[in-house]
Amino acid sequence: MDLDISQYINIFVEEAKEHLQNMNEVLLELEKSPSNLGYVNEIFRVAHTIKGMSGTMGFQNMANLTHEMENVLQAARSSEISISGEIIDILFECFDALDTSVNHIVDFGEEDNNTHKPLINRLSELLVENKEVPNNRNSNKEIKMDQYLINALHLARNKGLNAYTIEFTLNESCMLKSARAFIIFNTLETFGDVIYSNPPTEDIEDEKFDLEFSVVLISEYDREEILKELNQISEVDNINLSYIESIDGFPEDDVHLETIENFDKSSTEETKSDRPAQSNLGKIGKTVRVDIDRLDNLMNLVSELIIIKTRMDDLSEKSTGENMTEAIEYLERITTNLHDAVMKVRMVPIERVFNRFPRLVRDLSKELSKEIDLQMSGEETEVDRTVIDEIGDPLIHLIRNSIDHGIELPADRLKVGKPEKGTVILKSYPDGNNVVIEVEDDGRGIERERILKKAIEKGLIDDRESENLSLEDTINLMFLPGFSTSEIVSDVSGRGVGLDVVKSKIESINGSIEVQSIKDKGTKFIIRIPLTLAIIQALLIRLNEEIYAIPLSSVTEIINISEDMIRDVQGQEIVLYRGNTLSILRLKDLLDLEEDKNIEDFVVVVINKGDKQAGLIVDSLIGQQEIVIKGLGKYLNGTRYLSGATILGNGNISLILDVNSLI
Amino acid sequence: MSSAIDNKYVTFKLNKEFYGFPIDKVISIERMQKFTRIPNGPTHLKGVINLRGEVIPLIDLRQKLDMELKEIDNNSRIIIVTEDDIVAGLIVDSSSEVMEIDSGNIDIMPTTENDDATCVSGIGKIENRLIILLELSKLLEN
Repeated sequence: MDLDISQYINIFVEEAKEHLQNMNEVLLELEKSPSNLGYVNEIFRVAHTIKGMSGTMGFQNMANLTHEMENVLQAARSSEISISGEIIDILFECFDALDTSVNHIVDFGEEDNNTHKPLINRLSELLVENKEVPNNRNSNKEIKMDQYLINALHLARNKGLNAYTIEFTLNESCMLKSARAFIIFNTLETFGDVIYSNPPTEDIEDEKFDLEFSVVLISEYDREEILKELNQISEVDNINLSYIESIDGFPEDDVHLETIENFDKSSTEETKSDRPAQSNLGKIGKTVRVDIDRLDNLMNLVSELIIIKTRMDDLSEKSTGENMTEAIEYLERITTNLHDAVMKVRMVPIERVFNRFPRLVRDLSKELSKEIDLQMSGEETEVDRTVIDEIGDPLIHLIRNSIDHGIELPADRLKVGKPEKGTVILKSYPDGNNVVIEVEDDGRGIERERILKKAIEKGLIDDRESENLSLEDTINLMFLPGFSTSEIVSDVSGRGVGLDVVKSKIESINGSIEVQSIKDKGTKFIIRIPLTLAIIQALLIRLNEEIYAIPLSSVTEIINISEDMIRDVQGQEIVLYRGNTLSILRLKDLLDLEEDKNIEDFVVVVINKGDKQAGLIVDSLIGQQEIVIKGLGKYLNGTRYLSGATILGNGNISLILDVNSLI
Repeated sequence: MSSAIDNKYVTFKLNKEFYGFPIDKVISIERMQKFTRIPNGPTHLKGVINLRGEVIPLIDLRQKLDMELKEIDNNSRIIIVTEDDIVAGLIVDSSSEVMEIDSGNIDIMPTTENDDATCVSGIGKIENRLIILLELSKLLEN
């Protein structure tokens, strides 16, 4: 049973995140055009769905909060209140609260204890403050006369039908309230039409009511007959049926007919479009939602592979040279395609990361009183699922940095002749086997002096060193641990965990980061990450009979040196290379291999880690190849100089050298 | 269900003695195959093999148990075992059958002075034969 519940929790979490993401996006849109009721409807739909979902899972706090949101949104939908900045702010806070709740569920498998009381109170205050007609929707017994109801009542009277309000109070011991209510509704419908219920029928179905609810029934039957039938339903404590005598106080209103139609339409749309809307949305779970075409493609390739395998079996018996070559070429083509197809299945658009940034920028610009225009492009660029998980935090950090440190206050911007509104550009595009993500701002740029001052203050460099540093080296200082340039340590960035964390995170996924900055014009961070973590380009080298792989991203160049160029400086062998000293590592020595002392000319692979370099002496180069990285497993983890292994075309294993530990 | 595999052991030969692993720890038995040396590894670590696309460490069991070494021959086998998320291959002289040994017929090894180092968990008696039962978690300790 435990397993079952956790299964549902996973589904719940994924769907909830999906809906929340959607809510976030629509909220941002709504903020731009508050009068657009389409957005209000959309948010209402999402809130309603989440309410239902969390109710089903027993996450009562979330259900209560969304219920209250629904009330406010419902009021907005029926134009009783208008969407103000205040309402949007509160809705955003609700979103945050829901997001936190969902994350808590992810971590602990159960709901947190936050009842969201303050938020719920503010939501209900909104209704009281803003509504012209006092709203008693919270009390489920009250019947609120809206124009739709009034018109229906007029219509009923014209047809000579009776209209009743019936209030039900269920017994406290009632276990299945919604089922009981369903029986009541069914019974009522044998008498006539239920034209109104409070709370709405969908809430009653979801069991979102206490013990009381009320309906308006239009029926040709009289009071006694209806009561007689209703009294036979068990678990009902109290039924209060009254005839609606007078509706004269509420005149039939033609002007409102249009709104009624709209209202009607939107509520039917709601039920219809609820499902398809879900499947269109993105997903931020631990799973990948795969386009069916990709799977079909994969399946086709596998079947082709089976066909060619049978063909090769046949051929190996006859073994006529020409056909064999042809078959093998065919096999190669299929496996390459298969490889591509499998890779694609793991790929997701980077949009999954980008879509949380508009909200981030909105909040930051409010908080820091800076107007920011966020321009995003290339959201459709696809990267490996694992990369998506890792890249989010570094990007958030960079964007915060840009807005907090980079972009000036509006007044300062005007002074230097820039538009008041700052611009942050987030751009992504594929580049060979990499994906490039750029975070660019048009702020004040990186000031060399400020960084140097800070670095000296922090003891990262001394006065003398600072004079010789180029702008590039200065910028690199920012990536050192414990560096933060904001003079006032703000809430937003500058918590001391600065760019060094960003850098190490990006390097952990084999990526790189560089900075371009022009004073007073802006700063641009360029992140380069591999399309996938599982497959890399590598340089294969030979040492005696063994073949090793070096990640190509770490290889700077290949040079030839001779024995007499090598100098021994206090036990460390070095050569002069492009005017710099380069330490030489005898790879065979490090890897327990016999060295041939007679060789005088060496092939040296120059590798780099950041700005550090070293030269590895190898026997010969085999060439560049795409390799699939295999872990060494728990038993071998931490073996010196090795970061993994790969399986070569002939089935042999080649070990991947760990450049970081070599330098 | 569990009783079906509870008392069953995969047995194999090392030197002149028979040894055994609980059958649920054994994934498969493979013929000797090419392996890639791991530099800077312990001596009993022969290297890694490609087991159906996975990279698996290969351990010479004779060396691990401080026995005299023996050339790999046609009878040599690799027993692929798993314990605590580790999958490893162990080189043995030859593999034998699967045997059922009642827990009543297993003697717990008398503890010796350096009992921390021993990899033997017990001695199984079946008819007239003795099967030395090995403790995988000890063998795969690094």
